[in-house]
Amino acid sequence: MSTDTPTLTGTAKISVRQTRKTFALKDEEFVALDGVDLDVADNEFVTVVGPSGCGKSTLMNIVAGLETPTSGEVLVDGAGVTGPGPERGVIFQQYALFPWLTVRKNVEFGLKVAGLPAAERRERAEHYVRLVGLEQFADALPKTLSGGMKQRCAIARAYAVNPSILLMDEPFGALDALTRVRLQEQLLDTWSTEKRTVLFITHDVDEAVFLAGRVVVMAARPGRIHEVVDVNLPYPRTEEVRLSPEFAELRNRVWRAVYHQTQPQTQPQTRTKN
Amino acid sequence: MTTSTVSTPTPARNGSPPRRRAGKHATLLTLNAVSIVGGIGVWWVLALTGLQLPTPPEVLAKGIELAASGTLAEDLLASLGRVLAGFLLGSAAAIPVGFLMGWYTPARGLFEPWIQFFRTIPPLALLPLVLVLMGIGELPKVFVIFLAAFLACVISTYQGVVSVDRTLINAARVLGAKDGTIFLRVVVPASSPFILVGMRVGLGSAWATLVAAELLAAQAGLGFRMQQAQTYYDLATIFVSIVAIGVLGLVMDRLLLLAETRLTGWQERR
Repeated sequence: MSTDTPTLTGTAKISVRQTRKTFALKDEEFVALDGVDLDVADNEFVTVVGPSGCGKSTLMNIVAGLETPTSGEVLVDGAGVTGPGPERGVIFQQYALFPWLTVRKNVEFGLKVAGLPAAERRERAEHYVRLVGLEQFADALPKTLSGGMKQRCAIARAYAVNPSILLMDEPFGALDALTRVRLQEQLLDTWSTEKRTVLFITHDVDEAVFLAGRVVVMAARPGRIHEVVDVNLPYPRTEEVRLSPEFAELRNRVWRAVYHQTQPQTQPQTRTKN
Repeated sequence: MTTSTVSTPTPARNGSPPRRRAGKHATLLTLNAVSIVGGIGVWWVLALTGLQLPTPPEVLAKGIELAASGTLAEDLLASLGRVLAGFLLGSAAAIPVGFLMGWYTPARGLFEPWIQFFRTIPPLALLPLVLVLMGIGELPKVFVIFLAAFLACVISTYQGVVSVDRTLINAARVLGAKDGTIFLRVVVPASSPFILVGMRVGLGSAWATLVAAELLAAQAGLGFRMQQAQTYYDLATIFVSIVAIGVLGLVMDRLLLLAETRLTGWQERR
């Protein structure tokens, strides 16, 4: 279990407290999250991994303010979350680029909403488009981009509004393995130049270990935190790190935590739907 | 009015060489020309072999005569004026109503029964009532055309709004957009393909309604001209009007199609 988890209230960047989320299904309630507690420190990179139905996406949506918890609360910088906010950037698995806007205009969207003058907007968009390596495609429409490029554009768009937190919901889940590895490295590059607090949801154990300073393993039925694994590997995470025995060991540990979870005693496994 | 998407230029996909595509296009155009010439030939033969039809040169001469006297231009302008007035007003009313229905559930509840009811009635069937209520001026004709365009467009707009991808709305929300901005910058552009399809259907419907309305009650216009020619057994004038109606309808449809490809070219083709 984790030893240096920032648990002091008030110091955590994101603080999830006793958060419970239930959905009403026909004649019973489905517990998506059952009393989840999680603190994420400033500029920490935390990945959340778990089987489908463990509520990891629900957790992220609650932190993003797109869903409200049934009970409990989420604090960001000590203030309760009541809805989405520009200090929390979200990156979706389905990219969610506006298909009628060019890469540049997509990146500028949040800046336009914030009311920035055109010149400043352009300058900042330019910077982030370059940061993700899409400068040659700045005026291209999303339909002409590959999946990996689309997600890079979405990352630039989220970065552009300068959020202190990035919430990423299986952002590389729809990409092929090679592209995924490359994007993981690029994301860490970007993150090392512009530090943010990252909460990254994934179902890929390798990805979870490679990116994170801390891996939160969740369990399903009801959705809850099963184990927290500290990843004491140095950044930058190079290929060398990925192929190291330390990495393999951590990976195996997380793997076992994900795939060999003991069933909870609190609730018999009756549900088949996740 | 719905088959014309076939000719939309699509970017060359990998695997199909542009030259072969161009060759295929040329073949199609040649076949089109052959078909038109052949059709006119058949018409000519039929006219010469006893059917009570004017020959193509007779129709052409009549067309030139009507054009020279200014009658054709007058009829075209009268018809076009009506259809454009009705169509533009109908679309202009349909778009906000469709948006309201898609965005606010109460609006949907209030509007939907009326729209569903009137949708089942051909607008022309209301003409007798409208003529009694609105007299025999331009107003009743423009009104039925308005109704035809409105009904076609409103349903399509509404469907466009309700089918906007939730993720796009969420993406805008997390970038700080509030409801008004989401509506203007996400819902409106995302539903524009639906609106344009609705407008094209609406225009076809408006054009059909116009000609029929003119047959029943008008003092000028292509439909009126045909109706009058019928009483004098002037088949050449009827042919000229039919060709003019077809050509105008085609031109307007193509203009909207052009607008559609320009405005909604961002869509991913599946």
